[in-house]
Amino acid sequence: MVAIIDYDAGNVRSLQFALERLGVESTLTADPETIKASDKVIFPGQGAAASAMEKLKKNGLDKLIPTLKQPVLGICLGMQLLCEATEEGGVNGLGIIPGKVIRFSNQVKVPQMGWNTINNLQSPLFKDIKEGDFMYLVHSFYVPLLDTTIAQSDYDGAYSVAVQKNNFYGVQFHPEKSSKAGSQLLQNFLAL
Amino acid sequence: MLTKRIIPCLDVKDGRTVKGVNFVNLRDAGDPVELAAQYARENADELVFLDISATEQQRKTLAELVLKVAATIDIPFTVGGGIRSVEDVSILLKNGADKVSINSAAVKRPELISEVATHFGSQCLVVAIDAKQINGQWKVHLVGGKVPTEIDLFDWAKEVEERGAGEILFTSMDHDGTKNGFANEALARLSTEVNIPIIASGGAGNTSHFIDTFTAGKADAALAASVFHFGEISVPDLKQQLKQQHIAVRL
Repeated sequence: MVAIIDYDAGNVRSLQFALERLGVESTLTADPETIKASDKVIFPGQGAAASAMEKLKKNGLDKLIPTLKQPVLGICLGMQLLCEATEEGGVNGLGIIPGKVIRFSNQVKVPQMGWNTINNLQSPLFKDIKEGDFMYLVHSFYVPLLDTTIAQSDYDGAYSVAVQKNNFYGVQFHPEKSSKAGSQLLQNFLAL
Repeated sequence: MLTKRIIPCLDVKDGRTVKGVNFVNLRDAGDPVELAAQYARENADELVFLDISATEQQRKTLAELVLKVAATIDIPFTVGGGIRSVEDVSILLKNGADKVSINSAAVKRPELISEVATHFGSQCLVVAIDAKQINGQWKVHLVGGKVPTEIDLFDWAKEVEERGAGEILFTSMDHDGTKNGFANEALARLSTEVNIPIIASGGAGNTSHFIDTFTAGKADAALAASVFHFGEISVPDLKQQLKQQHIAVRL
């Protein structure tokens, strides 16, 4: 069973549909026991970091998520909140991935919106996904290159488009919106 | 490298696709879900659904359509037309729309932009601007381009950015339906005056128009309807030709 963490942080319908297309049932839940008991956990996120962290704290999810033992996939803001802190609203994240989320400079249009290539793929998460495949991204803040980087992209310089530490994975792009490559990534995550 | 986006636009009314030429004459171009799936297979980068329905009953049909589209396609899509409130936005996003596009309602009440951005984030908010030149000045128009205002296009674009729009969909009423190319001069100026992505709309007639809008017009994305719906330009062919011109595209 796949649990999608429910904390009212944006559109998760597309994610549920993407899992359905893979023949996988998912539960949208904020219940700690259900989350703990699931095989895989997806941690979505959209919108502002500060209000997302507040919502996580309200449900005690900020304490729960770091204790999870099964594979966890943070998507977009979900990935960013796995980090220690973010420039966005100056809030602290969950502190699972060492590193700080920063804003793109005004040398580029902000947000980055659209399809970008992913490279230096270094994880089973990218099985059957090629160097230079495209993923769909919408974000104004990014995770710089870190020891935990497992894929990078380039916009205003190279940055982390995916990170991993132990059972925690984070992707900046939206796999549920990234056509075949995105669907493959979700399938790979489910196979971990 | 971030690629330039090709965005087919599906005008919908009563659950069917229509396309206005100069926003007046309508032609039927099929079932929106089927058409959307076809475009997704052809590597269109995004889709826009513009609802031109007038009644509340028809608007409910739109919410159902959004759900069907979200279940079917795996690329992002934007829904626009008649959105007036945070509640309108909420229904569409909950049904699986990735972004919403607001137009006239934002001009009438600019706070709507800030409200939507605060509630749902800038990433899901496209502000559509229809404008045409009056005595050499670009003026914002309302109600599908029918009603002129005194508002300057570039002033409005800056305000829209400040209030939290994630991108701007700019339609030149002078170019829309002409098939003579996009309003590249105004587009290029928009790109220098604001720092959010700009979608070019209005005037697509052939492949070179897309090349021009991505180069001279500095557009981040280009939107068109009838040239795609009636097969005058195919998305895969268009992208191949853009690539040959060294324009970054997703193939």
